[in-house]
Amino acid sequence: MSAPSGERARLLPFRSAVALVASREIRMALRSKAFLISTGILMLAVLASIVIGGFASRSGSDTAVAVVAETSSIVDGVDGLTVTSADSESDAEQLVRDGKVSAAVLPSDEPLGYRIVALDESPGSLVQRLSVSPSVELLTPSQQDGALVYFVALGFGLVFFMSSITFGSAIAQSVVEEKQTRVVEILLSAIPARALLAGKVIGNSVLAFGQIVAIALLASVGIAINGAGSLLSAIGAPIVWFVVFFTVGFVLLAALFAATAATVSRQQDVATATAPVTTLVMIPYLAILFFTSNEAVLTVMSYVPFSSPVGMPMRLYLGQAQWWEPLLSLAIVIASTVVVIAVGARIYENSLLRMGSKVSLRAAYKR
Amino acid sequence: MLTLTGITKTYGDRRALDDVSFGIERGRLTGFVGANGAGKTTTMRILLGLLVPDGGTVEQDGMVVGADQRRRFGYMPEERGLYPKMKVAEQIEYLGRLRGMGKRSAASATAELLERLGLSERAGDLVEKLSLGNQQRAQIAAALVHDPDVLVLDEPFSGLDPLAVDSVAGVLSDAAARGASVLFSSHQLELVERLCQDIVVIAGGTIRASGSADALRDQNAGSRFELLVRQDLEWLSAVDGVRILQARPGWALFEASPETAQRVLERAIGSGVVSFAPHRPSLTEVFREVVQ
Ligand SMILES: Nc1ncnc2c1ncn2[C@@H]1O[C@H](COP(=O)(O)OP(=O)(O)OP(=O)(O)O)[C@@H](O)[C@H]1O
Ligand SMILES: [Mg+2]
Repeated sequence: MSAPSGERARLLPFRSAVALVASREIRMALRSKAFLISTGILMLAVLASIVIGGFASRSGSDTAVAVVAETSSIVDGVDGLTVTSADSESDAEQLVRDGKVSAAVLPSDEPLGYRIVALDESPGSLVQRLSVSPSVELLTPSQQDGALVYFVALGFGLVFFMSSITFGSAIAQSVVEEKQTRVVEILLSAIPARALLAGKVIGNSVLAFGQIVAIALLASVGIAINGAGSLLSAIGAPIVWFVVFFTVGFVLLAALFAATAATVSRQQDVATATAPVTTLVMIPYLAILFFTSNEAVLTVMSYVPFSSPVGMPMRLYLGQAQWWEPLLSLAIVIASTVVVIAVGARIYENSLLRMGSKVSLRAAYKR
Repeated sequence: MLTLTGITKTYGDRRALDDVSFGIERGRLTGFVGANGAGKTTTMRILLGLLVPDGGTVEQDGMVVGADQRRRFGYMPEERGLYPKMKVAEQIEYLGRLRGMGKRSAASATAELLERLGLSERAGDLVEKLSLGNQQRAQIAAALVHDPDVLVLDEPFSGLDPLAVDSVAGVLSDAAARGASVLFSSHQLELVERLCQDIVVIAGGTIRASGSADALRDQNAGSRFELLVRQDLEWLSAVDGVRILQARPGWALFEASPETAQRVLERAIGSGVVSFAPHRPSLTEVFREVVQ
């Protein structure tokens, strides 16, 4: 009997199988409305928190004032004022009346040498800015102001939480979709379970990485436009570390999401099955909000594998970490990711073809 | 030639397969028949490497089958399913590529198969938008896209309209004609009888019969005879050792030992014999016989 004619399929190396699976995951995600919308919402949330954070860290916007030649020296070098020079006192008053400026600084015979003319309300911020106050010297200055620190913590925590959940659920859904539709039987007759898992993890990690980088860029640009140059220089490096930690940490989470999801066969059971992992993701998010100023808790967080993506960048931002600490912590994340992937792959492999009721994790690990 | 030898499989304390051995020839269609729960799906999953047997071997031309050979297998699982949110052609191409095809050859093989299965117009539709029967055709395309050496289909005809049955049967016969070994399970015995050159009968996890359809029918012809005469046949029931199974005026199907049959024939000559022959059972009859 002769061998079948026609094109013979080449044997597919493991890598190509992984690449095919990963690219399908990415294509399908980019095609999903739910994914695009949730990404958009996250981007908006980041932008909004930067804008709000920007307002909180500055005490209001510039005050517009009018001056005449004699008084222009008074406002010289005062921050937060937009100065308009008028030709005469009456011109300056007219500018106030027209609402073009909120106040005018005009010459006066009083001891101070000038007076302020405003329309119907005493311009408090202007008075404050012009008043003379003694200089203050702090012996142990805090590097960042409280509200800002809180917003940075919220930013890291929220982005970590949202991105992990978004892509973690995406990978869980796609694992169960294959089980529920039984397409998994066809897939496994073509490629090994490990190639399928690796493809899913890589595909979703690439998506998560892309989103995080986009957010990091958006945040940096937002901060720069907001005119907070000093903030950007303080947070630039922590953001880069955040991206690095998140990317490695997400691979770990993705393996956990895939393994737990593989134990069930129906979409409606995914949430229950992955609940332990979701909780794991929620803890660093809540902890960073409650313990922003607790150095001990932050230190612990910065070394625990699944919370270090939030904890370590935060400590770097606060200037609490030595240069070698992120490297050590990163090594810990990488090592635990390797272990988790090995265990996760085994659970995944053993659960994929077991349809029906939930497979217990222990049974899935055993055989 | 694909050979299963001594395959056993136990679920908990339930023995699903017990010493299952049979062969699937190249270039022929082999029908796999057996009652619900007989062990067809379990056998097929073991063939595909989806289940690991407790014992026994699967060999192709004398070599134990591994992952490399299995990539040249095509499979249609009993539980149908494709990605609902992928387009029909896109999906079949994807499965072809997972089996090692290049981008272009996967695309052209897909287009050709969809054409033959009458699905070309739906190539760009999402799988979930197709009717069940059309999803099934897509599923068959998915099993065939890489022009497999071995084709295993679990109930490929269930749920198909008569035209779809014909087109699927045509596609399977073509695959066999190109030299593939084709095994499919079915509960539609007439269909199996019409299409298959070889039959495997399984019951309660053991193989009850396997081989060419003709040989099986001859082997089970046993002691049944068909007699057609010109005059009446009233006398037949009175002959010692004859059990009449069916009778119409001038015609009877009866069971008897060869000697008794000889006596019946002698007597019948006086009644104007038109034909006298051992009865060749239909597949359904063989099935009933061997499964008991
Ligand atoms: N995952 C499983 N766990 C326990 N028992 C199983 C499992 N799968 C199948 N069995 C048992 O193995 C036996 C053979 O089942 P199988 O599905 O192979 O039968 P089948 O011939 O395909 O039946 P059908 O015609 O209904 O599809 C049955 O008794 C079934 O209950
Ligand atoms: Mg079955």
